[in-house]
Parts: sequence; structure tokens; C-alpha cells
Amino acid sequence: MSEHSSSPLKTYVTIWLTLLAGTALTVYAATVDLGNFNAAVALTIASCKALLVALFFMHIRGASERLIKLVVITTVFFLLILLALSMADYGTRAWS
Amino acid sequence: MPDSQTVAVSGEGHNPALLHHFATEEQQRNSASLGMWIFLATEVMFFGGLFCAYLIYRLKYFAEFSAASKTLALSLGATNTAVLICSSLTVVLAVYAAQHAKRSMLLGNLILTIILGFVFLGIKAVEYNEKFEKHHVPGPSFQFNEVNVPGHPGQYANPSHAQIFFALYFVMTGLHALHMIIGIGIFVWLLTAAWKGRFTPEYNTPVEMGGLYWHFVDIIWIYLFPLLYLIDRHP
Repeated sequence: MSEHSSSPLKTYVTIWLTLLAGTALTVYAATVDLGNFNAAVALTIASCKALLVALFFMHIRGASERLIKLVVITTVFFLLILLALSMADYGTRAWS
Repeated sequence: MPDSQTVAVSGEGHNPALLHHFATEEQQRNSASLGMWIFLATEVMFFGGLFCAYLIYRLKYFAEFSAASKTLALSLGATNTAVLICSSLTVVLAVYAAQHAKRSMLLGNLILTIILGFVFLGIKAVEYNEKFEKHHVPGPSFQFNEVNVPGHPGQYANPSHAQIFFALYFVMTGLHALHMIIGIGIFVWLLTAAWKGRFTPEYNTPVEMGGLYWHFVDIIWIYLFPLLYLIDRHP
């Protein structure tokens, strides 16, 4: 095959260092009192890291198949339905 | 028309790795890739149920969740995150090596990935052992008495609510560890196949698919780490 979805090695090392820095950042951010925003900051950093892994290590960015991108977006969409509708239910219940 | 389809049907001069029901190598590769991504989608929903349960109980019993989270070993959890990120790098280097016919680079990175996988499981075992010693394993011997709720001096955490946190901790990290064990198995198999020289720039789909699985398991941990270890850590 002539085409390769692999990015050059330099990109991999850059992403790897960014992921390590993200881990250090999330540990540091947890020690700062941000009130309710601690969870939001932690989840934002985690999502950025997950996105970097998916785009560059799992090669979604260079994927020639649009079908794969569709599967990924559908997965995230259904996961959000699961979480959001469950929260809408439990968040508005008058139990205990 | 001497296109690849004709070649595949006649069975002459085509790559032996190309299965007869695929027209071209690219079609075979894309089919494997799509199948793998759909499998990963089911895995996301599988873990998604647990994340959903975690979210519901975290909102309901936040005080106990933050008290219990503080008993987890932050340094070990952070080290394990770094270990998995390093293993993701070795995996992506292995895929690159397979695509560019670099044999020693491929073998070396597969071995490194397996070693890092065992390092992760070893650290996890140390953490689990600590939980048993502290009686933080859900069950009849569970103890979480007179533990202060962070930010509320004089208020003790309810042990039965804390037990829910540890139940979720063990199920989520345990299921993740099971995926790690399966991942190591896949990589041992990839290593033996790579040793026999089965992977070429034309055919390296197993390395790529094994890599996708490994990265997925890494992403799960990227979420598990802040959700379990970093609740309300500030002094």
C-alpha cells in the first residue's frame, strides 16, 4: 500500500509529552480549590487527552474511511444520551 | 482488465494474507478497521453504564466519595497513568515499525508494551493489597469508621455510602485491569507473529487493530484516574 495513515515520529513524541504534561496538570489542578469547577477542569483535561490519543495515536485524523469517523461520533453521541438522560431523570427526582 | 479483483479470484501472484472474500488489500484492511471500531463502540457503552452508575452515586453521596477518594494512593495512580501513556507511545511506534518494515523496532516496542502492561498491573496489585489491609474492600469486613468528610470538620463519612464508592472503584478498575490482561495476551501473540516475520508493510492489520484496542484501554484509564483519585483533593 502506498498510503500510510501514520503520522511522522516527531508528532508521536510531541503528543506523548503533551499527554504526560496533561497528567501533571490534572494532578496539580486537583490540589487547587476551585469549588464546583474542580470536576469540570478534571473532565476537560481528561477529554483533551482522550481526544489527542484518538486523533493521533488511533489515527482518526488521517482515516480515509469516513465510516470510521461516523462510528466514533455515533458512539460519543449515544454515550452522552446515556449519561444526560440518566442525569435528567435522577436530577429531577424527589427521592430522599 | 488486469485489476486486483481478477488477480484475487485467480489466486495467482497476490498477497497470501489477502483472504479470498476480499477484492483488494485495502478493502480487507478497511473492513477490519470498521469492525474494530464498532467493537470499541460496544466497549464504550459497556464502560458507559459503569460511568453512569458512578455519576449518579457521586452526586448523591459526594461527601463520602471525596472522603473515600482521599484514601487512594495518588502517587501510584498518577504513576500508572504515566505508565499507560508511555505504553501508548510504544504501541504507536510498533504500528509505525510494522508499516515501514523495521523489524527490530517492531519487536522492541512490542516487548516494551508488554513490560509496561505488567508494570501497570503490578502497581495495581500493590494498590489492591493496600485496600485489603485497610479493610476498604466491600463486604462483611469493610471498615470506614470515623473518617472525616473533607471540608466538614466533625462530620464523619457514612461507611455504607463509602462502601458504594469502593464497590465502584473495584468494579471499574477491575474491569479495566481485565482489559489490560487481555491486551497483554494480544501483544504476546503479536510478538510471536512478528518474530516469525508475518507482518509486512502490505499486511500489518493485526498490529494496527491490537494498537486500537490498547489505546482504547488507555483512554478508559485517562477518565478513571481523575474520577476515582482526584475528587476534592485540595487541602
